[in-house]
Formats: sequence, structure tokens, C-alpha cells
Amino acid sequence: MKSFRFAVKQIIPFLFSYLFIGLAFGVLLNKAGYSVLWAFLSGVFIYAGSMQIVMVSLLSSGVPLAMIAVMTFFVNARHIFYGIGFVDKFRKMGWQYPYMILTLTDETYSVLCSLEYPEAVDEQQVDFTIALLCHLMWIFSCTFGSLFGELVPVDMTGIEFSATAFFVTVCVNQWRQFDSRIPAITGLASAIIFYFLLGADRFILPALSVSLIILAIMKDTISIGMEGANDDR
Amino acid sequence: MTVDFTYSVAALMIVALVTALTRATPYLLFGGKREMPKTVSYLGNVLPASIMIILVLYCLRNINLTAFPFGLAEFFSVAVVITVQIIKNNTFLSIILGTACYMILIRTVFLV
Repeated sequence: MKSFRFAVKQIIPFLFSYLFIGLAFGVLLNKAGYSVLWAFLSGVFIYAGSMQIVMVSLLSSGVPLAMIAVMTFFVNARHIFYGIGFVDKFRKMGWQYPYMILTLTDETYSVLCSLEYPEAVDEQQVDFTIALLCHLMWIFSCTFGSLFGELVPVDMTGIEFSATAFFVTVCVNQWRQFDSRIPAITGLASAIIFYFLLGADRFILPALSVSLIILAIMKDTISIGMEGANDDR
Repeated sequence: MTVDFTYSVAALMIVALVTALTRATPYLLFGGKREMPKTVSYLGNVLPASIMIILVLYCLRNINLTAFPFGLAEFFSVAVVITVQIIKNNTFLSIILGTACYMILIRTVFLV
């Protein structure tokens, strides 16, 4: 029960962005002529916010299937980088292993990669609860958006910023936790450089790949920095 | 609008499968029974710090830097989030204040 409550507390910060983005998707899909069943199934089986929204416009303009596959790959390829840190952790989780892999979104990734577990909780149970609750929340908001999205009277424009805000808080926390500044600065620098070189839609993959390569090359420097600081504790 | 059923089912399945594939790639590469290469587990530890900053910029990618309001609402609100998070260390509070700030700014000062 403690683990459950702890897990719920961790996902409160991005409740709004999940609800809003799912809602927006549901409304769009509905307008494109798809019934609520489609919204529900997308939430269950795709479970990727920005890609689902992109999919609606691909569907409406009848883009060829091969092109859809390529687009999906480029929109979601950042996920390839998310899993790297969780292989050892997730594979100890038995039947939950495939579920944990397939439900790692931007949000759950940022929670799980920066989580500090209190002693009283069961880590594995916390991770699984977070994954499951987020997925259910997403399915709910997609479905709800499709059914009632247009009835929401308040103008919620801008609420999607709460996702950005959440990622910023994770960055601040990591800045505190990490002993080496090199990983954060590498990410920032490569993102900015590739943003100006390649533009808004194409910078993320090169930025992630180059960061990975630089961090791999600087392994010895960074590891020594991290160990040295750990010894002081 | 009429919906082409077969096409739509195929499209949805493709999006779901390719998304799943991107998520499963690291496990397909390193998830076997053998031990993880040291460099990979090291990367798993340090990469999140790079990834999260890149993800923040990814969220801000649609800002137009060449025309009013130059993303000022976004930059100001991000600054609010960072400041509150440093001073209060309360994630929920930082998000609420930052988002409220953003929603107010785009309705008042930085109308688009």
C-alpha cells in the first residue's frame, strides 16, 4: 500500500499534460471521422502522445502505409535511447518485463530515471504501478476526449506547457543529483547546435546520438568525476 | 468524412508496431541472458542527464525565434519553473506556477 501511494505521488506532476494531450487527440480523431473505439485502441496499443496526434493528420490525408512507418520511426526514435538505462532493472521483473518496455513514454521515463525510493517501498512494485497507472490514465483521456472532448467549456490552451515544466524540474533535480556536469552540458550543447543546423523537426536524433558518442568517449573522465564525488559522501 | 476501414486498421497497427519496436530496441540488443557490456550500463547511468535537457528543447522546438513574441512566454515560464524548483524543491508547485504563468502570459502580454 505504501508503494502504491508513493507511486501515485510520483505521477501527479504530469496528470494535467496526460489528460490534456489525450483529450486533444480524442477530439481530433473524432473530428476526422473515427469512432471512440479507435481512440480507445490507439491509447491502448500505440500509447505515444505526439505520434498519435501526427497519426490523425496522416490518416486524414491518406498517406501511404510505408510512409506512415517511416514517420513513426522518426517521431519515436528517441525511445531507443530511453531503454538503455533500464535493461538490467526491467529484466528482473518477470512477466512485467515486456509491459515495462512497451509503456516507457517521455513522462514515465523521466519519472523512473530520477526516482529516489524511500526504504519502505518495493521498488519493482512502484515501477510497475507507475507504468500501469499512467497507461490507464492515457487510455482514459483518449477515450474521454473522443466522447466528450468538445463539451469541455474552459479554454485550456497552454496547459500542455505542464509537460515541459515537468521535464524542466527533472533536469533541475538531476543537476543536483549528478556529480558530473558533462552529461547535461553535452546534451544542451548538441541540442542547440543541431537545432540551428537542421531545424526544429530534425535535431533530436542527431543530438541524442552525438551525446551518446561523446559520453562514451569521455567515459573515463566522467566516471572518475562521479566516483570521486561519491567517495566524499 | 468517410473512413477507409482496412487502410485505417493497417495504419494503426503499423504505428503501434513501429512505436513498440523503438521502445524494444535496447532490450533486443542487450536484453539477453549475458551480462551487459560495461560501457552500456555506464551510458544508462549518465545518458538521462543529456536526454532530459534534449527533451526540454524538443518540447520548445516550435517556438518562432524570428518573430514576436520570440518564445518569451516559454522562456520566462521555464525560468519560473527552474527558480521555484531550486528554491522550494517541490515539483508539483514548480509545475503549477510555471504552467499558470505560461497560460496567463499567452493570454495577456504575449498574444499571438
